[in-house]
Amino acid sequence: MSRRGARLHIDWTACEGRGLCSEMLTEILAIDDWGYPLARDGRPEPAVPHELVAHARRAERLCPRLALRVLPEPPPTRPQGGSQLPPS
Amino acid sequence: MNEALWYTGRGAGLVTLVLLTVVVALGVASRAGRPLPGLPRFATPVLHRNASLLAVVLLGVHVGSLLFDPYAQLRLVDLMLPFAGAYRPLWLGLGTLAFDLVVALVITSLLRSRLGATAWRRIHWAAYAAWPLAVLHGLGTGTDAGTAWLRAVTAVCVLTVAMAGAYRLLLPDPATGPLGPPAPPGNRDPRLTPLTISGPPR
Amino acid sequence: MTMLDHRESRDRRTSTDDYRPLPPGGGRLLLAAHPDLATHRRHLGLLPPLAQPARLLAEIDAAGLRGRGGAGFPTARKLAAVAAGRSPVVIANGAEGEPASAKDRTLWAHAPHLILDGLQLAGALVGARRAIGYVPAGPSTASLRRALADREAAGADPIPVEIVEAPDRFLAGEESAVVSRIEGKPALPRDTLRRVVVAGVDGHPTLVQNVETLAHLALLARFGGAWFRGVGTSGDPGTFLATVSGAVAAPGVYEVAYGIPLGDLLERAGGWVGRPQACLVGGYGGAWVPADAADVPVSTAGLRPFGAAPGAGVVVALPAGACGLRAAADITRYLAGQGARQCGPCRNGLPQMAGTLTRLADRERSPALVAELERLTRLVEGRGACHHPDGTVRLVRSTLRTFPAEIDRHLAGTCGQEPMPAAGGAR
Repeated sequence: MSRRGARLHIDWTACEGRGLCSEMLTEILAIDDWGYPLARDGRPEPAVPHELVAHARRAERLCPRLALRVLPEPPPTRPQGGSQLPPS
Repeated sequence: MNEALWYTGRGAGLVTLVLLTVVVALGVASRAGRPLPGLPRFATPVLHRNASLLAVVLLGVHVGSLLFDPYAQLRLVDLMLPFAGAYRPLWLGLGTLAFDLVVALVITSLLRSRLGATAWRRIHWAAYAAWPLAVLHGLGTGTDAGTAWLRAVTAVCVLTVAMAGAYRLLLPDPATGPLGPPAPPGNRDPRLTPLTISGPPR
Repeated sequence: MTMLDHRESRDRRTSTDDYRPLPPGGGRLLLAAHPDLATHRRHLGLLPPLAQPARLLAEIDAAGLRGRGGAGFPTARKLAAVAAGRSPVVIANGAEGEPASAKDRTLWAHAPHLILDGLQLAGALVGARRAIGYVPAGPSTASLRRALADREAAGADPIPVEIVEAPDRFLAGEESAVVSRIEGKPALPRDTLRRVVVAGVDGHPTLVQNVETLAHLALLARFGGAWFRGVGTSGDPGTFLATVSGAVAAPGVYEVAYGIPLGDLLERAGGWVGRPQACLVGGYGGAWVPADAADVPVSTAGLRPFGAAPGAGVVVALPAGACGLRAAADITRYLAGQGARQCGPCRNGLPQMAGTLTRLADRERSPALVAELERLTRLVEGRGACHHPDGTVRLVRSTLRTFPAEIDRHLAGTCGQEPMPAAGGAR
């Protein structure tokens, strides 16, 4: 397995702020005023360093709402023209 | 040897009932919106999963030993088809149903990410029935049926699940619930001046 | 279908604006707006047959046509992405959930054939078998129905067009909400993991395109990319439909070239009524431009210093005498109420921002209100399935930036615009 990091995608329509993920990934996630996971690095999809990927996958499995996905790091953005697909 | 199988079958059945009780209680508690006292939140689903896997193992021992015990007259088809058994078919049939539901629960839970949250949750709800079926099965089948200690154990199991249900339903919701405050009034469109356009673009 | 070479389609929006206006009395969409099919065909001819899709796609790319629904995404790139999939679906998005915009319903009423030509063209370019007109209930639907009936009689639509009604909600036109509605579910945004261009309606690659973009496409296909770039700026070529409302003498929908100075656009709409104060540009989720910046070009580059963008062409004029904080608070409360209520940070954060801004507008003397507002914008931004919270954050931040003197007055218990309440009143 390469020593690659990952990113954590949160399905906000499914998340109910149950709080398991922020407990299991305290280095990456804090909690906001209302109990929802808050990325400490401020990104919409917080970065997951490679040493925490296993923990992130565990959190993905244990989320009662199946609201988490551990995804590979996005490719670096092109210097010109931006990404190929329209922004989400 | 036969007696050993018979005793193993009965013993494993009892332990399975206790474990299933723990599984149901933990499952109910995980919907409560708060962690179990003194434990982190993730402990609840982890314990629930571990207990259910253990229950499945014990269920396998219970069913397996009785399959090999000639006295029990249990056939392979009795694992899937309820109420067709040779020995106490009604009570056995309840066990069959419970067994089938447990199998469905385990398979769907292992494939949860492929199933999606909604489909998985529906099957899980339907399979709540596995536990009362197991309780009834335990009360009616087997040589221990009717004994005082079996009834006592069953009563404790039922009480445990009842208390878990009460814990879930009667405790007030945590203060910072996910629903948040209601939207403030003012859903009307607050246009700065009314917009009445009817003609073509000028 | 070849994919475009993206090294050629640079983001030109950082280049210096060189504004070429529409000639006086000129227009493109407005001159081509004929609700009657026969007139439409007489003036514009038939849509040219699509002999070489790749070439047209390259021409659209070179022309620099961008979406006119608010996001401004390059149309050619979107078409190419959808075309790469199997059995795509194309949707003309004319839901117009933005209350301060009237351009989509104007197009439905007066230029449905431009929209439908563009829809057929887009469908042919991506290889779609299914086309849908997503239209608000009422006169727009009736107009679309009439136009489709005329076209069916003339055999003008190789891809049959279905009609799906959009609910009257702010988020009804959001891309994934459109897909949801067409699948028969409520018009609510979906998680961004499955991109609409890859897996949209029933899992098919889906093109959701604003009706104005499709109308421009219909003209571009006839008159060419060079013609299209003849007006506007190099960063934002072509014209757009601006909906100007508020304190202007003639509120309405006006077609202008990108790069037009904001003051000139307001003059087209009859000029200010009363003394100018500021303009809300882009939509309810847009940003304020102070009135003394009248020469600001309405283009991506021109508006960027104000944190604004042309968006869906909405301009609302706030006159002196109207309190900017009050207006912003009203709009924020509206936006909070119009959320889908699916995502916790938005469902909780937007009402809280609205409440805090309202307290500021109500002249509550708590200096902490401003810091709290800033904290909430950081908490809410980027955390949701769609960009609704981001638009609201943009408005709030812009309000804090644009009306600092007014904020100081409010925190001192007065307002520079609204009269003081009667003595003895609560606020």
